[in-house]
Amino acid sequence: MISWMWLIPALPFASALLLVLFGTRFSRRAAAAVGVGSIGLSALVTILVAASFLSAPPAGNSYTQVLWTWINVAGFEPQIGLYLDALSLVMVLVVTFVGFLIHIYSAEFMIEDEGYSRFFAYMNLFVASMITLLLANNLLLLLLGWEGVGLCSYLLIGFWYRDPANGRAARKAFIVTRVGDSAMMLALFLLFTSLGTLQIQDLMQRASEQWHLGSTYALAAALLLLGGAVGKSAQLPLQVWLPDAMAGPTPTSALIHAATMVTAGVYLIARTHVLFSLAPAAQLAVAVVGAATLLLAGFSALTQHDIKRVLAYSTVSQIGYMFLALGVGAWQAALFHFVTHAFFKALLFLGAGVIIEALHDEHSIFKMGGLRKEMPVAFWTFVMAGCSLAGLPFITAGFFSKDLIIWETWSAQGGHPAFWVAGMVGALLTSLYTFRLIFRVFFGPLGTPVTKRPGYAMTIPLGILAFLAIVGGYLKEPLLGFLHSALPETIEARVGGLTETGSEAIAGLLFLVGLYFAYLFHLQKRNLADSLVANPVGRALHQWWFADWGFDWIYDKAFVQPFTWVANVNKSDFVDGFYTGVARLTELFYRGLSSTQTGRVRWYAAGMAAGSVLFVAMVLFL
Amino acid sequence: MFSLGLTGLLVRRNLIFVLMSLEVMLNAAGLAFVVAGSRWHQADGQVVFLFILAMAASEVAVGLALVLQIYRRFKTLDVDALSAMRG
Repeated sequence: MISWMWLIPALPFASALLLVLFGTRFSRRAAAAVGVGSIGLSALVTILVAASFLSAPPAGNSYTQVLWTWINVAGFEPQIGLYLDALSLVMVLVVTFVGFLIHIYSAEFMIEDEGYSRFFAYMNLFVASMITLLLANNLLLLLLGWEGVGLCSYLLIGFWYRDPANGRAARKAFIVTRVGDSAMMLALFLLFTSLGTLQIQDLMQRASEQWHLGSTYALAAALLLLGGAVGKSAQLPLQVWLPDAMAGPTPTSALIHAATMVTAGVYLIARTHVLFSLAPAAQLAVAVVGAATLLLAGFSALTQHDIKRVLAYSTVSQIGYMFLALGVGAWQAALFHFVTHAFFKALLFLGAGVIIEALHDEHSIFKMGGLRKEMPVAFWTFVMAGCSLAGLPFITAGFFSKDLIIWETWSAQGGHPAFWVAGMVGALLTSLYTFRLIFRVFFGPLGTPVTKRPGYAMTIPLGILAFLAIVGGYLKEPLLGFLHSALPETIEARVGGLTETGSEAIAGLLFLVGLYFAYLFHLQKRNLADSLVANPVGRALHQWWFADWGFDWIYDKAFVQPFTWVANVNKSDFVDGFYTGVARLTELFYRGLSSTQTGRVRWYAAGMAAGSVLFVAMVLFL
Repeated sequence: MFSLGLTGLLVRRNLIFVLMSLEVMLNAAGLAFVVAGSRWHQADGQVVFLFILAMAASEVAVGLALVLQIYRRFKTLDVDALSAMRG
């Protein structure tokens, strides 16, 4: 049963190929059947593989399936091989299952768009690439999947290509992540030249044998890998692409830019955790990046108008939590948060999609309102997901996973009280912006009237995900225990000063504080929020946060404008100038010589005579 | 005599005269050969003159035929008027 593993990426890839080649001849129903069905089958195979993995764990708690050798050049021998262990199994389960739900949803969501089969082809290719990334047994195959998901992300952000703004957003996403990818490729070169292999497991073993703790090589490799992860996972300082990536269709945002692709960085770091353990400085950098990102993105989320941009910043912030957890050495906690985040963030995006479609493409939360009675299904699922995101104590999944991370930042070996404070402030911000969203959209007077209601294909995935967003928290103990076979135990170093229950109590309190302030500013006294922005300091802060702390502005000044300036200066290529000059000179000679061709025979004869005289004179006198 | 022929070739505009000047130049060349032959007591000069005569005869035949054709087509024998092959 476990040897069917190759089917998990192969099925979506085959259907993507089918849809690319024959998609235009399929009816919408057939395209949806192929696109959704392949992911469904893939999810089913994953569940079967997981069942056999759990019931009869293979030796060493991992299973490798080598399909064929990819290249064989001078000792460089990457394979097309799949590697299954607890870490990749959990990720693949989430990707296929959540992916399946989102595909069902998009079968209805996209029904009126042209390019229906194109959409499913891209989505299937994305799922196939993502699974390749997760199951790869060597870093080169991982890179293939990594670039594959980047490509699909680009294609899907620019899916509605008739609007140039979407194309611009797609290019931005692609170029910014490329910065990270370059760092990652450098990491691969470094690892291969110094350790001589790209097989992940061999690599980890050799690294721990050959490199001592804190060695420069390990530090460089870990930092370069972090660069790759930062690009893909939209962390500081490369987070600028994710909010713009919301230009794509909403199911895309849910699947790629919330639940799965952006967590590839988390997976990469968890997969190469040995390197990070060898380089404490790099691990500290991971934690700092995570903490800084979660705060910055949290503040930015507070100021956005567009419902999808609020959620995008929230995603950046939550992935910041995962990075923070990885940085302090709480590997399992990061993965646990990934699972719960995939559930509730996918749900939030799908809910947002329902609302946006119902309100005829209205994105601004300030033009929404009073949808609680109008759209009960969307309301209740959105509230559940929102509570899970904000961490409603004791009953939601998000509470368990986030508070585990916050607690580990205090107690784990790499933890520090400053990280704990950052996590707590982040929790407060999360609660604030989540309930700001909920109160603005669902409460208060009716804003834009509802024109379209979702069908079952959209509400059923919402329901399932809402269920998971609540009960996902009870997976905590089994999931953490399961992951022990693939990831090292979190080392508890700091005891005293604070207990886990105490930390959770504070987090719960901050949730309530956030809820109260959101209620105060965005439901009870809405003019209070306006008066906050009215004074100059408030206005400046609001503008600054709204513009994502000016990162776009800095990048524009530092990179985009010099580049366009150089391009403008060199528009008429100066190398070309030389060759144009040669052509001009030749043309001049040609015109001069052609004017001597008068057609008068006597001139020619005179020329010949003069030439002969000259020639004879030269022979005689020189 | 050669210079005389050359001048005629360059100055006259009538094709017939041009051809005649050409003949003068050929004869000049032939005369030069004969004189050179008698000066160094060689028979080669006279042999070459015979060749030149034969060549001149055939050249005149072809040349006159072309002149006739040109006259029929353009109704003129002015060489400067026949400059259609200007570059």
